[in-house]
Amino acid sequence: MEYLKTIIEALILASETPLSIEKIAEIIGNVDKKEVYRQLHDIVREYKDRDGGICLQEVAGGFQFRTRSDMAPWIKKLKGVKYSLTPAALETLAIIAYHQPVVKSEIDKIRGVDAGGPLKRLLDRKLVRIVGRKDVPGKPIIYGTTKRFLEVFNLRDLSELPTIQELKELEE
Amino acid sequence: MAYEIRLDIFEGPLDLLLYLIKKNEIDIYNIPIALITYQYLQYMEIMRSLNLDLAGEYLVLASTLIHIKSRLLLPREEKDDFEEEPDPRAELVKQLLEYQSYKEAALCLDSRLLLERDVFKRSYGINETDVAGDDETELNLFDLVKAFQNLVSRMDKQELLEIKGERMSLSDRINEIMERLAQVQPLMFTDIIEEAADKRSVIYTLLAILELMKLRMVKAYQSGPFGVIKIFTAF
Repeated sequence: MEYLKTIIEALILASETPLSIEKIAEIIGNVDKKEVYRQLHDIVREYKDRDGGICLQEVAGGFQFRTRSDMAPWIKKLKGVKYSLTPAALETLAIIAYHQPVVKSEIDKIRGVDAGGPLKRLLDRKLVRIVGRKDVPGKPIIYGTTKRFLEVFNLRDLSELPTIQELKELEE
Repeated sequence: MAYEIRLDIFEGPLDLLLYLIKKNEIDIYNIPIALITYQYLQYMEIMRSLNLDLAGEYLVLASTLIHIKSRLLLPREEKDDFEEEPDPRAELVKQLLEYQSYKEAALCLDSRLLLERDVFKRSYGINETDVAGDDETELNLFDLVKAFQNLVSRMDKQELLEIKGERMSLSDRINEIMERLAQVQPLMFTDIIEEAADKRSVIYTLLAILELMKLRMVKAYQSGPFGVIKIFTAF
């Protein structure tokens, strides 16, 4: 299909969330996923070669157009926003990301301090979600990370996170 | 003794302890408990003098430290077998190391190219950190209850007296609402309440929405006072 790459590019730009290969194939119909994948990587390369302010990034199980990281100072002037997570929220998020599915008491125990506040902020920002309830007395809520977490933290999937073991080696 | 005060950065008692260990360049596997406890208590004193709200957890760790010290001071029991007694510090060291590795993981997360900090994507009409537009305010449960009262008072009183045998359960209603949200978003609060045939199903509908809000499965937004309440999924 001559047009395929053009369609894919347009779809990704118009999508609010990272667009997966499956979704693209489903929308276009009658197209091989491998072909979509090939075209996607063509686009990724084209943007890279162009060396402009935008790049196509594979993130959270899909593809998304993003600004180049060194453009951040200018964009911050435009938007006037500051993305910030407190160290407490980051620690809580790290524990959930590595430990999921996890209940609050386990998070509290690791951090040695109550995680209620940071947990609420993470829920509000949709970086973590309630996965269910643990079948133990009290039926505590189980938490896990969201797709949004992958999107925000620039991760293709959870396996892209370095393991705790790797982190330890890094430190030594 | 002059102390470098960096109170705002302590994320909890373990964090303070790790800081002290690093500051004194101590081997984490061989913590001089007396020294660390002394410094730890001094920090607690500083925090108290600054009127900082000391979380109970700080006291718990202080007592743990003192407990460990007292166990170290006690002479070891003579045992017939050669079983070595565990180091009273082992448990704390394990906890510290685990916490340290997650602290490391948190830093590693923070060093990534974060969306809305280092990289940006196109912004859309609906911002996902704030599903509502500028003029919509997020509602709490009480607003929803009030809206429910308004609706019920508008319903025909005669109709409310009818008794129907139909049974429904809260989880059915929750599932129905989630299914519909999966198809269309947002759902109008008035629509789902008004389509309910009788008082019973109105109540179940409201309870279902309240439960979903409590579980953070859905969010409700309203554009101004008396506006239409819209319900979105929260993920």
